[in-house]
Amino acid sequence: MSETIAPGIGPDAGPGGGGGGPAAEGNVFTATGGDWGDIAEEAAALGQERIVVNMGPQHPSTHGVLRLILEIDGETVTEARCGIGYLHTGIEKNMEFRNWTQGVTFCTRMDYLTPLYQEAAYCLGVERLLGITDEVPERASVIRVMMMELNRVASHLVALATGGMEIGALTVMTVGFREREQVLRLFELITGLRMNHAYIRPGGLAQDLPPGALDSVRDAIPTIRRGISDIEKLANENPVVKARLVGVGYLDLTGCMALGITGPVLRSTGLPHDLRKSQPYCGYETYDFDVVTWDTCDAYGRLRIRIEEMKVSLDIVEQCLERLQAIGPGSVMIANKKIAWPAQLAIGADGMGNSLDHIREIMGTSMEALIHHFKLVTEGFAVPAGQVYQAVESPRGELGAHLVSDGGTRPYRAHFRDPSFVNLQAVAAMCEGGQVADVIVAVASLDPVMGGVDR
Amino acid sequence: MSDQTGEQAGEQPGGGLPVTPAAEAQIVDVRTGMFGVRGPGDTSGYGGLVRTVAMPAPATRPFGGYFDEVADRLTTALAVAGRSFDGCVEAVVVDRDEMTFHVRREHVVDVCRQLRDDPDLRFEMCVSVSGVHYPHDAGRELHALYHLLSITHNRRVRLEVSCPDADPHIPSVVEIYPTADWHERETWDFFGIVFDGHPALARIQMPDDWPGHPQRKDYPLGGIPVEYKGATIPPPDVRRAYT
Repeated sequence: MSETIAPGIGPDAGPGGGGGGPAAEGNVFTATGGDWGDIAEEAAALGQERIVVNMGPQHPSTHGVLRLILEIDGETVTEARCGIGYLHTGIEKNMEFRNWTQGVTFCTRMDYLTPLYQEAAYCLGVERLLGITDEVPERASVIRVMMMELNRVASHLVALATGGMEIGALTVMTVGFREREQVLRLFELITGLRMNHAYIRPGGLAQDLPPGALDSVRDAIPTIRRGISDIEKLANENPVVKARLVGVGYLDLTGCMALGITGPVLRSTGLPHDLRKSQPYCGYETYDFDVVTWDTCDAYGRLRIRIEEMKVSLDIVEQCLERLQAIGPGSVMIANKKIAWPAQLAIGADGMGNSLDHIREIMGTSMEALIHHFKLVTEGFAVPAGQVYQAVESPRGELGAHLVSDGGTRPYRAHFRDPSFVNLQAVAAMCEGGQVADVIVAVASLDPVMGGVDR
Repeated sequence: MSDQTGEQAGEQPGGGLPVTPAAEAQIVDVRTGMFGVRGPGDTSGYGGLVRTVAMPAPATRPFGGYFDEVADRLTTALAVAGRSFDGCVEAVVVDRDEMTFHVRREHVVDVCRQLRDDPDLRFEMCVSVSGVHYPHDAGRELHALYHLLSITHNRRVRLEVSCPDADPHIPSVVEIYPTADWHERETWDFFGIVFDGHPALARIQMPDDWPGHPQRKDYPLGGIPVEYKGATIPPPDVRRAYT
């Protein structure tokens, strides 16, 4: 990477971007706070058409701190490379120093648009390490599915909103964020937080649904559907959108297989690969839904797939609501007291915390319960030695959690296979030979989230 | 890094290197005592406790599920390619419904090629490569794990390749699975495993001039004590651990 790119980048090659090569050759233009017009004039005066441009890391259309290093000949991109690592926070390393339950609080912060998927992948992995997959209450599994599908809607709405904004479709953005707000309001009602929920825990959930939550979800679905249909009307047959998206960011099935691409990008090649169908978890095999595919291999197909997937997700949410209604109230945490978190969360006068009933029990009536609570909260539970790889279908593709236990109360190693990280490798294949403006569209169709890429 | 990689790419990857065979069950840690109390202060008697922690032991046939079929087919495919299964694979571990082939590092590219190309195996996607550092696994401290997915047959297998800390070289599988490019770069970045033959083994997450490999067990987490309402909370890596 550095051999082809380093000349001409300038002295401040950042982390991981393939800098560190020889000193810059040729003319280096620095555009900090300047005007592109001046730079273009300077370049024109020198008679050079081929320039190397850093797009990002602080560029609004690179979805966070993604640095794209583009070699441009006129308007044509001849080489495109990614520099990542600007948001690396060592989450995986940190997880090795906290107990298994605390790990949820860390992994939820990786891909900040799909927090519940990281939690689900991690908790399903821990449950498999413990061998308690079958003991998780059905009510907890149904709520997990409902929350994940709502999360898929929220994530796809952001993908469409930011993607629309980048090509100038500002109404798509306002509609997308407006409808996402509805989902976030549901999340806040159910988990207490709009993101970084730490709601799914090994063995179940942090807390049961609050009163009225099912009605709130049921009431929100029609408005979200209306918003999705607004986006459809704005985008699907819009000639400007089609002119920008059709045939752009082309990546066929062979390319996807070689580069390990999953999710909507893979499904836009016509392959109906969805882990919810092929390797179901959380009881997905019992839900009635279809895998959405498209056959154009381009950014437009991915747009349509995301819109259709949101509708499918809302269908699944409705099935979850029916089931929750039928199951009725019940525990959302595994019955095994050696693993189950001792207290459920509750809203008190001073915010969210352990439920008062539980505090009253451990402080007032049962010393054994207090000891048990203390041991489980400070030490955590031990997980038998071994390793698992648990994958879930996140909105961006296969999200895998590789967890290794050495028999202790902390993860020995936790690695997340983030779909954005892998999918970003397709940038070169999608962008080279196209125009600079198409880079924006191609990257938006990959929908990378740097929090997940860099972890 | 690119200069160094260029030199290494010319070498025969892992050829003729001494390889420590996989233990019966890989010992990952030996723990002594309990509650963190040592010496004369230990009135509990737990201080004399010695426990070895071992990963799941290698499995014997039948492995169950599709695992036997994968192993049989891989044996045949390797034989056709002029390799023996036992020569390439040190051990097969079946645990928690997952199959792990412990592959000798010099054969990882051959095994990957057969797993990808054989129509009855067809692991067309390498979803993830990551590392694990086992400082107690003498002579095999660094492990690289390859998670392979066959969409055709809806199967998964894991390859585990180990190398000693003193000679952290594993052949790159980028020529078989181009997607391993960034994964191997990340594993190099975090564990210091050199993937011979990788086209540009540069750091990917940490800055280019970063010293050390942060995910190794001997690399400190870092952190500062935090004072809160008069009490001081130590950084997480020096807090008491109960493992």
